[in-house]
Amino acid sequence: MTAYIGRRVLGTVPLLIGIATLIFVVLHFAPGDPGAMLFGPNVPPAIIEQSRHAWGLDQPLWVQYLKWIGALFTGDFGWSLFQGRPVSQVVLDALPPTLALTFSALALVFAAGVLIGVYQGVRQHSAGDNALSVLVLFFYSMPSFWLGMMLALIFAQKASQWGWPVALPASGTTSVDYDLLSAGGRILDRLRHLVLPVTTLTLALTAGVARYTRGQMLEVVRQDYIRTARAKGLPERTVILNHALRNSLIPVITLLGLYLPFLFSGAVFVEYIFAWPGMGRVIVTAISQRDYPVIMATSFIFACLVILGNLLADVLYAWADPRIRHG
Amino acid sequence: MNGSIASRRPEPRTTPLLAVSDLSTVFDTDAGEVRAVDGVSFSVGSGETLGIVGESGCGKSVTSLSIMRLVPEPGRILDTGSIVFRGRDLLALAPESMRAVRGNDIAMIFQEPMTSLNPVHTVGRQIAESIRVHRGASRKVAWNQAVEMLRLVGIPAPERRAMDYPHQLSGGQRQRVMIAIALSCDPDLLIADEPTTALDVTIQAQILDLLSGLRQRLGMAMILVTHDLGIVAEVCDRVAVMYAGRIVEEGPVADLFDDPRHPYTQGLLRAIPRVDEAAGTLDPIPGQVPDPAHWPRGCRFNPRCRHAWDRCGRHEPGLLDVAWGRRSRCWLEQEPERRRSGYGVDTRDAPPTGPRIRGAS
Amino acid sequence: MGEPLAGGGTRPGGDGRTIVETSGHAIRTPVIAASAVLPGLGHVIEGRRAQGLLLMAAWIATLAIALKSWQRIVAIPGTGSADDWLAILTLAAMLVGTCMAGTAGLVRGQRRAAGSSRFASEWRRFRRSRTAMAGLGVIVVLYALMLLTPLIAPFGPAERVGDLVRVRLLPPSAAHWLGTDRLGRDVLSRILYGARISLTIGFIATAISISVGTTLGAVAGYAGGRIDALLMRFTDLVLAFPRLILLIMIVALFGQSVVVIVLVLGLTQWPSTTRIVRGDVLSLREREFIQAARALGFRPARVLFCHIIPNVLGPVIVAATLGVGNTIVLEAGLSFLGLGPPPPTPTWGAMVEGGRDIMISSWWVATFPGLAIVIVVLAFNLAGDGLRDALDPRLR
Repeated sequence: MTAYIGRRVLGTVPLLIGIATLIFVVLHFAPGDPGAMLFGPNVPPAIIEQSRHAWGLDQPLWVQYLKWIGALFTGDFGWSLFQGRPVSQVVLDALPPTLALTFSALALVFAAGVLIGVYQGVRQHSAGDNALSVLVLFFYSMPSFWLGMMLALIFAQKASQWGWPVALPASGTTSVDYDLLSAGGRILDRLRHLVLPVTTLTLALTAGVARYTRGQMLEVVRQDYIRTARAKGLPERTVILNHALRNSLIPVITLLGLYLPFLFSGAVFVEYIFAWPGMGRVIVTAISQRDYPVIMATSFIFACLVILGNLLADVLYAWADPRIRHG
Repeated sequence: MNGSIASRRPEPRTTPLLAVSDLSTVFDTDAGEVRAVDGVSFSVGSGETLGIVGESGCGKSVTSLSIMRLVPEPGRILDTGSIVFRGRDLLALAPESMRAVRGNDIAMIFQEPMTSLNPVHTVGRQIAESIRVHRGASRKVAWNQAVEMLRLVGIPAPERRAMDYPHQLSGGQRQRVMIAIALSCDPDLLIADEPTTALDVTIQAQILDLLSGLRQRLGMAMILVTHDLGIVAEVCDRVAVMYAGRIVEEGPVADLFDDPRHPYTQGLLRAIPRVDEAAGTLDPIPGQVPDPAHWPRGCRFNPRCRHAWDRCGRHEPGLLDVAWGRRSRCWLEQEPERRRSGYGVDTRDAPPTGPRIRGAS
Repeated sequence: MGEPLAGGGTRPGGDGRTIVETSGHAIRTPVIAASAVLPGLGHVIEGRRAQGLLLMAAWIATLAIALKSWQRIVAIPGTGSADDWLAILTLAAMLVGTCMAGTAGLVRGQRRAAGSSRFASEWRRFRRSRTAMAGLGVIVVLYALMLLTPLIAPFGPAERVGDLVRVRLLPPSAAHWLGTDRLGRDVLSRILYGARISLTIGFIATAISISVGTTLGAVAGYAGGRIDALLMRFTDLVLAFPRLILLIMIVALFGQSVVVIVLVLGLTQWPSTTRIVRGDVLSLREREFIQAARALGFRPARVLFCHIIPNVLGPVIVAATLGVGNTIVLEAGLSFLGLGPPPPTPTWGAMVEGGRDIMISSWWVATFPGLAIVIVVLAFNLAGDGLRDALDPRLR
């Protein structure tokens, strides 16, 4: 099994380089020029030239490419064109909020999704199954930005208007008076700010996991070994928990990794709506500003996280399925 | 019991271990209601082996699943029949009580050893599970017993093998594990649904020997469901032939093979090529098994029967007594003069039409 | 004894023929004639209530639309654009179609429930699921609405309905069913026109993605070896990238035209189809009928396109249906971020964005476009689910 992991890890290296190349190609063959964006049309070309030289944008393409690939290993992604800070700084500031948001949502999505999916798989065609299917599908069809807006409307704005006790904040990670709060108060404040964004992200994605789990359960329950388990006279609960669930969860585990791209994509909208200072917001701003170094770095980090997630999914699968673990 | 026919003829018995009366199992499908098992009745005595034989689609597997009440959706057992096991009607039991019977008093093994074992649990654990549930044994005790069961079914180095996963074993070994699971709680009745169909011929023989030996040692009754008449001849005491959801002939194995009465049975036996005869053309039964959604009117075999006359197409015969312990669902028993010549005219004079019974004189 | 009917259940005394057929000439003609005037009437009389009521509803709706937009219809021959002609054609088709369904369905009688072709049985299973049929129904209605928009939209998509000061941000009322936005435009009309954008982009992008995906997946699965490995590596590459980021990047950098959006949506969606197809092709490749085809000397391309691909189309169609829904959500997301087709094109996403900061005071501006998205995507997802359940016998 360690050999398997080793091979998989090695296999990601060409993938990472491929992604980096893809990013480089897309950005450098796009129309539009960062210089023009920053300076406007009336600036004399000499100054634009100077800046471009300072940023290394006038060097031959292949040199820029090599510098880019080199930067991946050193972590020195250059300087942001617009923020006057090293890009690595920008990323390091923006990464924790995004990770907090994403991983909280991931945990909730899986807890809820698996529970719902198993229930539906066991009680197929019941009223509960049908109702849940409709509900799950309803949220699955909802654009996350609209959902976020509705939740913010109800729980943040209307709630304070109507004097509900639980009015949740809908922007930022902390309140204005954060520094004045006690330690416990600060933690509570952060958690309160986390609720709406995480809920939005969770609701949007739980459906996928629930549906997949349901499908797996339905398939597993029809297998011969489940019939054997029943023929042994085992209680139905044991059949479902020890035999069916154990088997159907194996592929579901891979979703842990495969869902990371969706979580990050969803995070973009959620961060935008709730003014959450994470990577999603950074990249959207950078794109509108044509801040190339930031765009490239954050895209690459995103892709890295996704690839890591897939790797994790594969490793977990290999560990969970004895057929792979014991060859 | 030695192998001679005389000693294999069952003695008159008192209450049978299992008495199935008028069992009917239907499936609700797109095409309508399909009566896979239609009024089947038979019984099995203690320590006896009953073979249920027939082609694919005749309802024999569904019959065995019905006894265990394991018929999958969209099937259901009609409440017009009864399955009495040791004095209790299994069809009337609460689900919890039925669960206590399964694996404990009546056990079942299936056709596909490759998929019938849970791939994520060790085989030892799967055997021990039964013991823990039905006997309340502790983990350690159950494990040790599981190892003993593996030894009983002839798996070498059972202590190590118990820790293997199913995919690490061969098909024959997996079937042995299935048998170990089934026998772990010392059941009174074992139902074997085509246990050797998916196995190589040599492995088949081993498994059959194992089953016979175990049965004798443990004094267990067995229902063996199969399409292979050769297996029936070797292992069973009595046999019931099924066709189109009904039993068409039943009786002691030796008698039935010596003197098959029902045209379908005769056709089955006649279709088996024999090693000791000169080669000739095979003699198959003409036509095809009917669509379960639309059984023919009258006797269900009549479209394919050489002897059929108008009565056969209008009224279905019941199981008519032929001799002691033998019955046949055929009007020929009432009107033997209708039997056409060509084959089976006077079966008592003709040479045996089936495989030789082991130990026959 | 009754015979089973196509729609289930038995009819007393029937041998499968309709009332119209069995009761003879006396009743037949008037019923058919009545059904020509009011399609669905005959069906209701016969006991096929659901179909009858649906037909009647469709008929009444069609007539209502025709009557209400009479003026516009009359004006079209002179000044109409291609759009308008398409709308008239659709209306005419609806009239004729409903009429024919109402009468022909009676006279022909009922076909046996045992249509044994594979499509017949799959269609029957699809029909069983009411939610799936609802989804399909909504989709049909949507596309009809899309085509009829020039006739039924109360106002134009960019049309200010009056004095800006007086008509901006009007709440829903009889005059404006869904209110007006901050530029005084009728929200309902904009939603209707926006439907065209979303449905068209969704359809074309998905068409591109399944064409590419199926071809690549089939080639990879069938050819195997290094071609397969190469293609799969490439697929992994595209999949590894968070799709939204890529979309945002490309649209922002290469321009916000509809063409770019459609292309980039289509060219990032194919990997999932490729995987599905490759898996199916791999298992089909070893089946006997394919080996037989090869033994007959068919060229690989022929085997691939005539024998293998038709057998993998099932899951592809399911993926396509679900994919349209997905694409619509993504396109809305892009528009929301300002990266969709530029104004004044009425896209739902942009409409939601436009109403974001006035949510408390004028909630209708952002809520209704969002609801439209939900309804449309829900319809595609329901239909896709229904298709999947119909095609996969195990999950019934």
